[in-house]
Amino acid sequence: MQADLTLLGFGPDGWGLALARAGLMTLYVSVAAFLSGLAFGTLIAWARVAGNWPLRKLAEAYATVFRGVPDILVIYLFYFGGRQVVTAIGTALGLSGPFDISGFLAGVLAIGLVSAANQSEVLRGAYQAVPRGTIEAGRVVGMTRLVLFRRVIAPQALVTAIPGMGNQWQSVIKESALVSVTGLVETMRQVAVAAGTTQEHFLFYAAGAIIYLIITTLSDHVFRLAERRSLRGHEQGGI
Amino acid sequence: MDFAFLSGMLTQLLKGLPLTLNLGMLALAGGFGLSLILNLMRTTRVGNALASAYVFAFRGTPLLIQIFMIYYGLASFGFIRHGFLWPFLREPYWCGLLALILNDAAYTSEILRGGLRAVPRGAVEAARVSGMTRLTVMRRITLPIAVRQALPAYSNEVISILKSTALVSTITLMEVTGIARAAVSETWRAVEIFLCAAAIYLALSLLVTQLSAWAERRLSPWQFGETP
Repeated sequence: MQADLTLLGFGPDGWGLALARAGLMTLYVSVAAFLSGLAFGTLIAWARVAGNWPLRKLAEAYATVFRGVPDILVIYLFYFGGRQVVTAIGTALGLSGPFDISGFLAGVLAIGLVSAANQSEVLRGAYQAVPRGTIEAGRVVGMTRLVLFRRVIAPQALVTAIPGMGNQWQSVIKESALVSVTGLVETMRQVAVAAGTTQEHFLFYAAGAIIYLIITTLSDHVFRLAERRSLRGHEQGGI
Repeated sequence: MDFAFLSGMLTQLLKGLPLTLNLGMLALAGGFGLSLILNLMRTTRVGNALASAYVFAFRGTPLLIQIFMIYYGLASFGFIRHGFLWPFLREPYWCGLLALILNDAAYTSEILRGGLRAVPRGAVEAARVSGMTRLTVMRRITLPIAVRQALPAYSNEVISILKSTALVSTITLMEVTGIARAAVSETWRAVEIFLCAAAIYLALSLLVTQLSAWAERRLSPWQFGETP
């Protein structure tokens, strides 16, 4: 292979700028998916620990389903299925097509909902690790439920949840590559296009792999810093 | 609801199940073998660095890019195109399987490493003192304890590999997801078809969950309040 490294540069026929932009798009998709997963995952976790019987069963079923189905299938379902549903609704309303749904929205929603199932497990575990005594003590001094959550439960649970959440974030980054099947130009899609255009397949896939490695490694450091910071003042001070 | 269509679709999708299972099981078997080797490598300094680099690279990148790298990327090298492995490496099946094995090995080796770390030093020493060879210690003491310890995490990995086999549909393999994709482009009934496919995967992962709960109960009955 006569790999031409100028192809990766920022020159006139270099793909550097496109790749950098695609890397940012990967980050953007991942952050959006992770945050929607966090919001929804918190609701699921709350339903699982504090909900009544039907709510609890519903949340458990949700987690089981989304943890048992391939992510790519969920993305297909949201993207192609979403288009089918939007078209059906649009036609019923008498609007003229063609109807479409953005790959970004379908991808973020799909990965977010899958991640929510996993994040709810982490959050539930973290909540259960909060010592009962501290919650009782908070109640005894007259805290309302909201204050109790904000000042007693959340600070303690977050510390336990950080490593697990770090893992979830890592897998969201990797799952974001699957959004490329919708045609959204993130890293995976961009390197596939570049590889096809230049016929330098190995070079560009390797470049894509390195972009992902950079993102996962940097964010791993951030989560480790957060973990260390969150353990300040704790007696065990980490393991 | 068009039940005739759904049941017809389900039978059509089930034709992809053998390939899905074939890929999943061979990937798990190959990945487990490779992860054993990776853990054995960790006993030397150079081997440890190599194993760490391997795990870092394969856990830090998406499986999809690994599949594409092997399927499209390796063909960029002349010595591979003219090498003896080319009859395998030009087939999407072998490329997909290879990617799944390499990916699974990285995750499994970390799970196994955690399990190995939980093996009490005393148990190994006792076995050595009673005259077992290194291999016998491995077979009769270390691995049974490590595997038992690693089982819950490993069952998650089994489910994750079964789900990952869906990705090889992107390199034209017709397993469950591949058939579903083809059927959607023929009929444009995406919701029904993908839900059918999802049901198949869901049934598989529920089965694995049940099996692993059963195995866990068998292997460590004392944790469930039963006497062996």
